[in-house]
Amino acid sequence: MSSTLSLKTEFIKGIWKENPVMASLLGLCPTLAVTNAANNGLAMGLATTFVLLSSSLMISALRNFIPHQVRIAGYIVIIATFVTVADRFLAAYFPVISASLGPYIPLIVVNCLILGRQEAFSSRNGIGRSLLDSLGMGIGFIIVLVVLGIIREILGSGSIFGIAILGDWFTPWMVMILPPGAFLTLGILIALANWYNDPSRSKERGTVS
Amino acid sequence: MSKMSLSTRMILVLTLITVLSGGILAGWDTITKPKIAFHRQEALKAAIGDVLPAHDTYTREETEFGTIYIAIATRDSSEHLVGIAFMAVGSGFQGELRIMVGLSPDMTQLTGIKVLEQIETPGLGTKIVVDPSNKQDPYWFPAQFRGVHLSPEIVVIKNAKPTRNNEVQGITGATISSKAVTNILNDQIAHIKTVWPSKGGPES
Repeated sequence: MSSTLSLKTEFIKGIWKENPVMASLLGLCPTLAVTNAANNGLAMGLATTFVLLSSSLMISALRNFIPHQVRIAGYIVIIATFVTVADRFLAAYFPVISASLGPYIPLIVVNCLILGRQEAFSSRNGIGRSLLDSLGMGIGFIIVLVVLGIIREILGSGSIFGIAILGDWFTPWMVMILPPGAFLTLGILIALANWYNDPSRSKERGTVS
Repeated sequence: MSKMSLSTRMILVLTLITVLSGGILAGWDTITKPKIAFHRQEALKAAIGDVLPAHDTYTREETEFGTIYIAIATRDSSEHLVGIAFMAVGSGFQGELRIMVGLSPDMTQLTGIKVLEQIETPGLGTKIVVDPSNKQDPYWFPAQFRGVHLSPEIVVIKNAKPTRNNEVQGITGATISSKAVTNILNDQIAHIKTVWPSKGGPES
Protein backbone atom coordinates (compact mmCIF):
# COMPACT_ATOMS: atom_id res chain seq x y z
CA MET A 1 0.00 0.00 0.00
CA SER A 2 0.96 3.59 -0.42
CA SER A 3 1.92 4.02 3.24
CA THR A 4 4.70 1.48 2.84
CA LEU A 5 6.27 3.36 -0.04
CA SER A 6 9.28 5.43 0.82
CA LEU A 7 9.00 9.20 0.42
CA LYS A 8 11.38 9.07 -2.52
CA THR A 9 9.23 6.51 -4.34
CA GLU A 10 6.17 8.63 -3.60
CA PHE A 11 7.83 11.50 -5.43
CA ILE A 12 9.44 9.53 -8.28
CA LYS A 13 6.37 7.49 -9.25
CA GLY A 14 4.58 10.43 -10.86
CA ILE A 15 7.50 11.17 -13.14
CA TRP A 16 7.71 7.80 -14.87
CA LYS A 17 5.96 4.71 -13.51
CA GLU A 18 2.61 6.37 -12.76
CA ASN A 19 3.08 9.39 -15.02
CA PRO A 20 -0.35 11.03 -15.24
CA VAL A 21 -0.31 11.29 -19.04
CA MET A 22 1.88 8.39 -20.18
CA ALA A 23 0.67 5.73 -17.73
CA SER A 24 -2.80 6.86 -16.59
CA LEU A 25 -3.84 8.91 -19.67
CA LEU A 26 -5.19 11.63 -17.37
CA GLY A 27 -5.46 15.29 -18.33
CA LEU A 28 -5.43 14.57 -22.06
CA CYS A 29 -7.55 17.60 -23.00
CA PRO A 30 -4.91 20.23 -22.11
CA THR A 31 -2.14 17.83 -23.17
CA LEU A 32 -3.48 17.61 -26.70
CA ALA A 33 -4.83 21.14 -26.98
CA VAL A 34 -2.02 23.45 -25.85
CA THR A 35 1.16 21.60 -26.80
CA ASN A 36 1.49 23.21 -30.25
CA ALA A 37 4.46 25.15 -28.86
CA ALA A 38 6.92 24.40 -26.07
CA ASN A 39 6.14 27.68 -24.27
CA ASN A 40 2.44 26.88 -24.07
CA GLY A 41 3.14 23.37 -22.78
CA LEU A 42 5.45 24.72 -20.08
CA ALA A 43 2.98 27.40 -18.96
CA MET A 44 0.12 24.91 -18.84
CA GLY A 45 2.30 22.41 -16.93
CA LEU A 46 3.37 25.03 -14.37
CA ALA A 47 -0.19 26.31 -13.87
CA THR A 48 -1.50 22.77 -13.41
CA THR A 49 1.29 21.92 -10.95
CA PHE A 50 0.54 25.06 -8.94
CA VAL A 51 -3.14 24.11 -8.71
CA LEU A 52 -2.23 20.49 -7.89
CA LEU A 53 0.15 21.49 -5.08
CA SER A 54 -2.09 24.10 -3.48
CA SER A 55 -5.23 22.00 -3.59
CA SER A 56 -3.33 18.97 -2.25
CA LEU A 57 -2.12 21.08 0.66
CA MET A 58 -5.64 22.29 1.47
CA ILE A 59 -7.34 18.94 0.98
CA SER A 60 -4.86 16.83 2.92
CA ALA A 61 -5.00 19.40 5.75
CA LEU A 62 -8.81 19.34 5.77
CA ARG A 63 -9.16 15.60 5.06
CA ASN A 64 -10.57 14.69 8.48
CA PHE A 65 -12.79 17.71 8.54
CA ILE A 66 -14.68 17.44 5.23
CA PRO A 67 -17.62 14.99 5.51
CA HIS A 68 -17.35 12.12 3.03
CA GLN A 69 -20.73 12.94 1.43
CA VAL A 70 -19.76 16.45 0.32
CA ARG A 71 -16.09 15.83 -0.41
CA ILE A 72 -16.33 16.21 -4.20
CA ALA A 73 -18.18 19.53 -3.90
CA GLY A 74 -15.59 20.72 -1.39
CA TYR A 75 -12.66 19.60 -3.56
CA ILE A 76 -14.06 21.29 -6.66
CA VAL A 77 -14.53 24.61 -4.84
CA ILE A 78 -10.95 24.43 -3.54
CA ILE A 79 -9.56 23.48 -6.97
CA ALA A 80 -11.63 26.17 -8.73
CA THR A 81 -10.33 28.79 -6.30
CA PHE A 82 -6.71 28.02 -7.11
CA VAL A 83 -7.42 27.77 -10.84
CA THR A 84 -8.94 31.26 -10.74
CA VAL A 85 -5.90 32.51 -8.82
CA ALA A 86 -3.60 31.02 -11.50
CA ASP A 87 -5.73 32.41 -14.35
CA ARG A 88 -5.73 35.94 -12.94
CA PHE A 89 -2.02 35.70 -12.19
CA LEU A 90 -1.20 34.85 -15.82
CA ALA A 91 -3.57 37.55 -17.11
CA ALA A 92 -1.96 40.17 -14.86
CA TYR A 93 1.72 39.28 -15.24
CA PHE A 94 2.02 37.23 -18.46
CA PRO A 95 -0.67 38.62 -20.78
CA VAL A 96 0.86 37.07 -23.92
CA ILE A 97 0.86 33.52 -22.52
CA SER A 98 -2.57 34.10 -21.02
CA ALA A 99 -3.91 35.09 -24.45
CA SER A 100 -2.36 32.10 -26.22
CA LEU A 101 -3.70 29.59 -23.68
CA GLY A 102 -7.13 31.20 -23.81
CA PRO A 103 -9.86 29.11 -22.17
CA TYR A 104 -7.57 26.20 -21.31
CA ILE A 105 -6.38 27.72 -18.02
CA PRO A 106 -9.92 27.99 -16.53
CA LEU A 107 -10.50 24.44 -17.82
CA ILE A 108 -7.86 23.11 -15.39
CA VAL A 109 -10.80 22.92 -12.96
CA VAL A 110 -12.11 19.87 -14.79
CA ASN A 111 -8.68 18.30 -15.40
CA CYS A 112 -9.23 14.79 -14.02
CA LEU A 113 -5.54 14.60 -13.11
CA ILE A 114 -6.16 17.09 -10.30
CA LEU A 115 -9.43 15.73 -8.92
CA GLY A 116 -8.03 12.21 -9.35
CA ARG A 117 -4.98 12.89 -7.18
CA GLN A 118 -7.11 14.57 -4.49
CA GLU A 119 -9.57 11.68 -4.37
CA ALA A 120 -6.99 8.91 -4.64
CA PHE A 121 -4.18 10.38 -2.57
CA SER A 122 -4.45 13.71 -0.75
CA SER A 123 -7.72 12.81 0.96
CA ARG A 124 -6.05 9.75 2.51
CA ASN A 125 -2.52 10.91 3.27
CA GLY A 126 -0.76 13.52 5.35
CA ILE A 127 0.32 16.93 4.09
CA GLY A 128 3.98 15.99 3.45
CA ARG A 129 3.22 12.85 1.47
CA SER A 130 0.46 14.58 -0.50
CA LEU A 131 2.72 17.46 -1.47
CA LEU A 132 5.44 15.03 -2.62
CA ASP A 133 2.90 13.05 -4.63
CA SER A 134 1.55 16.24 -6.24
CA LEU A 135 5.01 17.58 -6.98
CA GLY A 136 6.00 14.31 -8.66
CA MET A 137 2.78 14.17 -10.68
CA GLY A 138 3.14 17.85 -11.60
CA ILE A 139 6.72 17.42 -12.78
CA GLY A 140 5.71 14.33 -14.74
CA PHE A 141 2.93 16.37 -16.38
CA ILE A 142 5.26 19.29 -17.17
CA ILE A 143 7.86 16.96 -18.74
CA VAL A 144 5.31 15.32 -21.04
CA LEU A 145 3.78 18.67 -22.06
CA VAL A 146 7.15 20.27 -22.76
CA VAL A 147 8.45 17.22 -24.71
CA LEU A 148 5.24 17.15 -26.79
CA GLY A 149 5.47 20.91 -27.27
CA ILE A 150 9.12 20.74 -28.38
CA ILE A 151 8.50 17.93 -30.88
CA ARG A 152 5.41 19.62 -32.34
CA GLU A 153 7.02 23.07 -32.43
CA ILE A 154 10.18 21.84 -34.21
CA LEU A 155 8.23 19.93 -36.85
CA GLY A 156 5.30 22.35 -37.09
CA SER A 157 7.04 25.73 -36.89
CA GLY A 158 10.77 24.98 -37.12
CA SER A 159 11.50 26.58 -33.76
CA ILE A 160 11.98 25.77 -30.05
CA PHE A 161 10.52 28.07 -27.38
CA GLY A 162 9.82 30.58 -30.15
CA ILE A 163 13.45 30.69 -31.37
CA ALA A 164 13.80 29.61 -35.00
CA ILE A 165 16.33 26.77 -35.28
CA LEU A 166 15.60 25.39 -38.72
CA GLY A 167 16.48 27.56 -41.69
CA ASP A 168 14.45 28.68 -44.67
CA TRP A 169 14.90 25.31 -46.38
CA PHE A 170 12.52 23.74 -43.90
CA THR A 171 8.84 23.60 -44.81
CA PRO A 172 6.82 23.38 -41.57
CA TRP A 173 4.60 20.32 -41.25
CA MET A 174 1.37 22.17 -40.64
CA VAL A 175 -0.31 18.99 -39.40
CA MET A 176 1.93 18.96 -36.32
CA ILE A 177 0.47 22.16 -34.86
CA LEU A 178 -3.07 21.05 -35.72
CA PRO A 179 -4.98 18.62 -33.45
CA PRO A 180 -3.99 15.48 -35.46
CA GLY A 181 -0.32 16.27 -34.76
CA ALA A 182 -1.06 16.11 -31.04
CA PHE A 183 -2.66 12.68 -31.34
CA LEU A 184 0.14 11.35 -33.56
CA THR A 185 2.95 12.60 -31.29
CA LEU A 186 1.29 11.47 -28.06
CA GLY A 187 0.44 8.06 -29.54
CA ILE A 188 4.02 7.48 -30.65
CA LEU A 189 5.41 8.62 -27.27
CA ILE A 190 3.08 6.30 -25.33
CA ALA A 191 3.90 3.40 -27.67
CA LEU A 192 7.63 3.97 -27.07
CA ALA A 193 7.13 4.16 -23.30
CA ASN A 194 5.09 0.95 -23.30
CA TRP A 195 7.67 -0.82 -25.44
CA TYR A 196 10.38 0.31 -23.01
CA ASN A 197 8.37 -0.86 -19.99
CA ASP A 198 7.32 -4.17 -21.55
CA PRO A 199 8.07 -6.85 -18.91
CA SER A 200 8.95 -9.51 -21.49
CA ARG A 201 11.59 -7.15 -22.85
CA SER A 202 12.99 -6.57 -19.34
CA LYS A 203 13.53 -10.31 -18.93
CA GLU A 204 15.53 -10.42 -22.12
CA ARG A 205 17.70 -7.67 -20.75
CA GLY A 206 18.09 -9.66 -17.55
CA THR A 207 16.73 -6.89 -15.33
CA VAL A 208 13.52 -6.59 -13.35
CA SER A 209 12.10 -3.11 -13.35
CA MET B 1 -17.73 18.04 16.19
CA SER B 2 -19.21 14.64 16.90
CA LYS B 3 -22.21 16.18 18.68
CA MET B 4 -23.25 17.94 15.49
CA SER B 5 -25.61 16.12 13.15
CA LEU B 6 -24.12 15.11 9.81
CA SER B 7 -26.21 17.53 7.78
CA THR B 8 -25.24 20.47 9.98
CA ARG B 9 -21.63 19.49 9.57
CA MET B 10 -21.92 19.24 5.79
CA ILE B 11 -23.52 22.68 5.61
CA LEU B 12 -20.97 24.17 7.98
CA VAL B 13 -17.92 22.74 6.17
CA LEU B 14 -19.09 23.67 2.69
CA THR B 15 -20.02 27.17 3.89
CA LEU B 16 -16.60 27.62 5.45
CA ILE B 17 -14.80 26.41 2.32
CA THR B 18 -16.80 28.69 0.02
CA VAL B 19 -16.43 31.72 2.33
CA LEU B 20 -12.69 31.11 2.49
CA SER B 21 -12.54 30.73 -1.28
CA GLY B 22 -14.53 33.93 -1.77
CA GLY B 23 -12.18 35.78 0.56
CA ILE B 24 -9.06 34.57 -1.24
CA LEU B 25 -10.49 35.45 -4.65
CA ALA B 26 -11.69 38.89 -3.55
CA GLY B 27 -8.24 39.67 -2.17
CA TRP B 28 -6.46 38.36 -5.26
CA ASP B 29 -8.83 40.29 -7.51
CA THR B 30 -7.96 43.63 -5.91
CA ILE B 31 -4.27 42.90 -6.52
CA THR B 32 -4.54 41.74 -10.13
CA LYS B 33 -7.44 43.87 -11.43
CA PRO B 34 -5.48 47.09 -12.08
CA LYS B 35 -2.73 45.14 -13.87
CA ILE B 36 -5.20 43.27 -16.09
CA ALA B 37 -7.03 46.52 -16.89
CA PHE B 38 -3.68 48.13 -17.73
CA HIS B 39 -2.77 45.33 -20.20
CA ARG B 40 -6.21 45.61 -21.86
CA GLN B 41 -5.75 49.36 -22.19
CA GLU B 42 -2.25 48.93 -23.65
CA ALA B 43 -3.49 46.32 -26.14
CA LEU B 44 -6.30 48.66 -27.19
CA LYS B 45 -3.92 51.60 -27.59
CA ALA B 46 -1.50 49.48 -29.64
CA ALA B 47 -4.33 48.29 -31.89
CA ILE B 48 -5.63 51.82 -32.50
CA GLY B 49 -2.06 52.93 -33.14
CA ASP B 50 -1.73 50.19 -35.78
CA VAL B 51 -4.88 51.10 -37.68
CA LEU B 52 -4.57 54.89 -37.36
CA PRO B 53 -0.80 55.49 -37.32
CA ALA B 54 -1.20 59.25 -37.80
CA HIS B 55 -2.98 59.88 -34.53
CA ASP B 56 -1.55 61.14 -31.26
CA THR B 57 -4.48 60.86 -28.95
CA TYR B 58 -8.03 59.61 -29.00
CA THR B 59 -11.32 60.10 -27.24
CA ARG B 60 -14.06 57.54 -26.96
CA GLU B 61 -17.73 57.80 -27.70
CA GLU B 62 -20.34 55.17 -26.87
CA THR B 63 -22.86 54.41 -29.61
CA GLU B 64 -25.49 51.75 -30.10
CA PHE B 65 -22.95 49.78 -32.19
CA GLY B 66 -20.27 49.85 -29.53
CA THR B 67 -17.49 52.23 -28.69
CA ILE B 68 -16.02 54.49 -31.36
CA TYR B 69 -12.50 55.81 -30.82
CA ILE B 70 -12.06 59.27 -32.31
CA ALA B 71 -8.43 59.71 -33.25
CA ILE B 72 -6.92 63.17 -33.25
CA ALA B 73 -3.50 64.36 -34.41
CA THR B 74 -1.90 67.07 -32.30
CA ARG B 75 1.60 67.06 -33.70
CA ASP B 76 0.92 70.05 -35.97
CA SER B 77 -0.18 73.28 -34.37
CA SER B 78 -3.73 72.68 -35.61
CA GLU B 79 -5.44 69.84 -33.86
CA HIS B 80 -7.34 67.80 -36.43
CA LEU B 81 -9.27 64.58 -36.85
CA VAL B 82 -7.30 61.79 -38.53
CA GLY B 83 -10.01 59.17 -38.44
CA ILE B 84 -12.10 56.93 -36.25
CA ALA B 85 -11.49 53.40 -35.07
CA PHE B 86 -13.91 50.79 -33.83
CA MET B 87 -13.97 47.10 -32.99
CA ALA B 88 -15.77 44.98 -35.59
CA VAL B 89 -16.94 41.58 -34.38
CA GLY B 90 -18.38 38.79 -36.50
CA SER B 91 -18.13 35.16 -37.55
CA GLY B 92 -14.99 33.80 -39.16
CA PHE B 93 -14.52 30.29 -40.56
CA GLN B 94 -14.50 28.56 -37.16
CA GLY B 95 -15.32 31.19 -34.59
CA GLU B 96 -15.56 34.82 -33.72
CA LEU B 97 -13.25 37.38 -35.31
CA ARG B 98 -12.52 40.65 -33.51
CA ILE B 99 -11.01 43.24 -35.81
CA MET B 100 -9.88 46.78 -34.99
CA VAL B 101 -10.85 48.93 -37.95
CA GLY B 102 -9.52 52.39 -38.80
CA LEU B 103 -11.59 54.69 -41.03
CA SER B 104 -10.65 57.96 -42.68
CA PRO B 105 -12.56 61.05 -41.40
CA ASP B 106 -14.68 61.21 -44.58
CA MET B 107 -15.58 57.50 -44.19
CA THR B 108 -14.56 56.63 -47.76
CA GLN B 109 -11.38 54.65 -47.07
CA LEU B 110 -9.89 52.33 -44.51
CA THR B 111 -6.72 53.45 -42.78
CA GLY B 112 -5.91 49.93 -41.63
CA ILE B 113 -7.23 46.82 -39.91
CA LYS B 114 -5.82 44.55 -37.22
CA VAL B 115 -7.31 41.18 -36.37
CA LEU B 116 -7.07 40.92 -32.59
CA GLU B 117 -8.83 37.62 -31.95
CA GLN B 118 -9.42 34.67 -34.25
CA ILE B 119 -9.47 30.87 -34.19
CA GLU B 120 -9.06 30.27 -37.94
CA THR B 121 -7.26 27.21 -39.35
CA PRO B 122 -3.54 27.49 -38.52
CA GLY B 123 -1.48 27.96 -41.67
CA LEU B 124 -4.45 28.90 -43.86
CA GLY B 125 -7.03 31.18 -42.25
CA THR B 126 -4.50 32.58 -39.79
CA LYS B 127 -2.90 34.37 -42.76
CA ILE B 128 -5.50 37.09 -42.10
CA VAL B 129 -3.16 38.01 -39.20
CA VAL B 130 0.27 36.99 -40.46
CA ASP B 131 1.53 34.75 -43.27
CA PRO B 132 4.86 33.15 -42.25
CA SER B 133 5.12 31.39 -45.65
CA ASN B 134 5.53 34.78 -47.35
CA LYS B 135 8.99 35.68 -46.11
CA GLN B 136 9.19 39.08 -47.86
CA ASP B 137 5.85 40.41 -46.72
CA PRO B 138 4.20 38.30 -44.01
CA TYR B 139 1.57 40.95 -43.35
CA TRP B 140 0.47 41.26 -46.99
CA PHE B 141 -3.17 40.40 -46.33
CA PRO B 142 -4.02 42.94 -43.57
CA ALA B 143 -1.77 45.55 -45.25
CA GLN B 144 -3.99 45.51 -48.36
CA PHE B 145 -6.77 47.16 -46.36
CA ARG B 146 -4.72 50.29 -45.80
CA GLY B 147 -6.27 52.83 -48.17
CA VAL B 148 -8.86 50.49 -49.67
CA HIS B 149 -12.01 52.33 -50.80
CA LEU B 150 -15.41 51.54 -49.36
CA SER B 151 -17.70 52.36 -52.26
CA PRO B 152 -19.72 50.44 -53.06
CA GLU B 153 -18.09 47.85 -50.75
CA ILE B 154 -14.83 45.92 -50.27
CA VAL B 155 -14.58 42.96 -52.65
CA VAL B 156 -12.32 39.88 -52.45
CA ILE B 157 -10.61 38.86 -55.69
CA LYS B 158 -9.46 35.24 -56.06
CA ASN B 159 -6.06 34.33 -57.51
CA ALA B 160 -5.40 37.71 -59.10
CA LYS B 161 -3.99 41.08 -58.23
CA PRO B 162 -6.62 43.70 -57.38
CA THR B 163 -7.24 46.21 -60.18
CA ARG B 164 -9.84 48.49 -58.59
CA ASN B 165 -9.40 50.56 -55.44
CA ASN B 166 -12.13 48.67 -53.55
CA GLU B 167 -10.59 45.22 -54.13
CA VAL B 168 -8.31 43.04 -52.03
CA GLN B 169 -6.66 39.75 -52.96
CA GLY B 170 -8.03 36.70 -51.13
CA ILE B 171 -5.89 34.07 -49.41
CA THR B 172 -5.45 30.90 -51.47
CA GLY B 173 -7.01 28.03 -49.55
CA ALA B 174 -8.76 30.33 -47.10
CA THR B 175 -11.44 32.00 -49.18
CA ILE B 176 -13.97 31.79 -46.36
CA SER B 177 -11.65 33.48 -43.88
CA SER B 178 -10.81 36.22 -46.43
CA LYS B 179 -14.47 36.79 -47.22
CA ALA B 180 -15.38 36.70 -43.51
CA VAL B 181 -13.06 39.66 -42.91
CA THR B 182 -14.52 41.74 -45.74
CA ASN B 183 -18.09 40.77 -44.87
CA ILE B 184 -17.61 41.84 -41.26
CA LEU B 185 -16.02 45.10 -42.40
CA ASN B 186 -18.72 45.90 -45.00
CA ASP B 187 -21.50 45.04 -42.60
CA GLN B 188 -20.21 46.91 -39.57
CA ILE B 189 -18.98 49.97 -41.44
CA ALA B 190 -22.54 50.33 -42.78
CA HIS B 191 -23.75 50.36 -39.14
CA ILE B 192 -21.11 52.83 -38.04
CA LYS B 193 -22.02 55.17 -40.90
CA THR B 194 -25.54 55.45 -39.48
CA VAL B 195 -24.30 56.67 -36.09
CA TRP B 196 -21.20 58.64 -37.04
CA PRO B 197 -21.56 61.34 -39.70
CA SER B 198 -18.69 61.56 -42.17
CA LYS B 199 -16.49 64.59 -41.68
CA GLY B 200 -14.90 65.82 -44.86
CA GLY B 201 -12.11 68.17 -44.09
CA PRO B 202 -9.61 68.65 -41.35
CA GLU B 203 -11.54 71.72 -40.19
CA SER B 204 -14.50 69.82 -38.76
